[in-house]
Amino acid sequence: MAKNQKSLSSVFMNGIITENPTLRLVLGTCPTLATTTSAINALGMGAAATFVLIGSNTVISLLRNIIPDKVRIPAFIAVICTFVTIVQMVMQAFLPSLYESLGMFIPLIVVNCIILARAEAFASKNGVLASAVDGLGMGLGFTLAITVMGIIRELIGNGTVFGINLLGAGYEPMLLMVLAPGGFLVFGGVLAVANLITARAEKKKKDEKGVIHA
Amino acid sequence: MNEIAKILLFMVSCVLSNNYIFSRFLGCCPFLGVSSKVETAAGMGVAVTFVMAIASLFTKLLYDLVLVPLNLGYLNTISFIIVIAGLVQLVEMFIKKASPSLYKALGIYLPLITTNCAVLGVTILNISSGYNLFYSILNGTFGALGFLLAIVLMAGVRERLETSKVPECLKGFSGSLIIAGLMAIAFMGFSGLGN
Repeated sequence: MAKNQKSLSSVFMNGIITENPTLRLVLGTCPTLATTTSAINALGMGAAATFVLIGSNTVISLLRNIIPDKVRIPAFIAVICTFVTIVQMVMQAFLPSLYESLGMFIPLIVVNCIILARAEAFASKNGVLASAVDGLGMGLGFTLAITVMGIIRELIGNGTVFGINLLGAGYEPMLLMVLAPGGFLVFGGVLAVANLITARAEKKKKDEKGVIHA
Repeated sequence: MNEIAKILLFMVSCVLSNNYIFSRFLGCCPFLGVSSKVETAAGMGVAVTFVMAIASLFTKLLYDLVLVPLNLGYLNTISFIIVIAGLVQLVEMFIKKASPSLYKALGIYLPLITTNCAVLGVTILNISSGYNLFYSILNGTFGALGFLLAIVLMAGVRERLETSKVPECLKGFSGSLIIAGLMAIAFMGFSGLGN
């Protein structure tokens, strides 16, 4: 069994860097675009999704030998839905302003492809601990990516980060960035930079290999 | 007359000013994933339109006739997704029979309509905005037509881009997102229309 399971730290880092759900796999684009209008919204969305990911990954991993193969997708969705409803109720009770600004994107976590993808690709094949760690890693990777986008959009579009004014009173906010088009443009830009970095890193790896072989 | 004008304006606003992709960010996954060819994009758009219209009808009825009387409003997400999953299965069976080539072209994205947030989004929006049954169906149908318009436009642009020289890091999703951003700016010109 130990041979089959990759080390927990590599599972964890996989979600944050190698297979970052937002920047490498480009899953869950809708919440990425919609909830990054400010850094705090993005962070809230990331936290909610991380909680759902950990919860659903753990439960699905526990149930993986009981759920029949044919009905696994509806079963997964039912599990995910349960956790989303929990998040929705907790957030409504304790963080009403965040709940208000994230709006319908909280129930829409159900159809966030990242969560179903991890259930199908990881939790249904791996142990409980590894699945929980995978959920945590993927969730943090998602949170990190969208928070960065939230910071960029809030800074350019409003001159603030987490509500703190950074650019001074003289700054003319570029409203476009917090409106819909800004989401697409910033996401496209961030993705392009991520592609550039990966391409560089791969090229470097290849060059190093080349040296060794030569 | 006034009522008709109101309905017409509502239709126009669903397609243009409140476009699901460009102003509400719903349904972006298929929008980016299935928009490389006009033909498949149109097929996807039509399939989504059908599912969204029917889903609006059924979820609204389910909510009003079952969930509200039983005081189970908080179960809306889970019950709606089950209705949608069933409908998608139906559409999948129909397309498989009617047009095997389209079925092949849509591939994995067809069952994924279930997790298309535009579909679940429209059903939740119908409830939270307090639309009646008629407006819910209109919202579902014309919102989906807006999705169809967006995805076909996008596919048209991407087909042209195929033959042009694009920097390596802007190929694929990142480039498409920037195109979508520019299109969203154009669609902002419609904002305020029909509100």
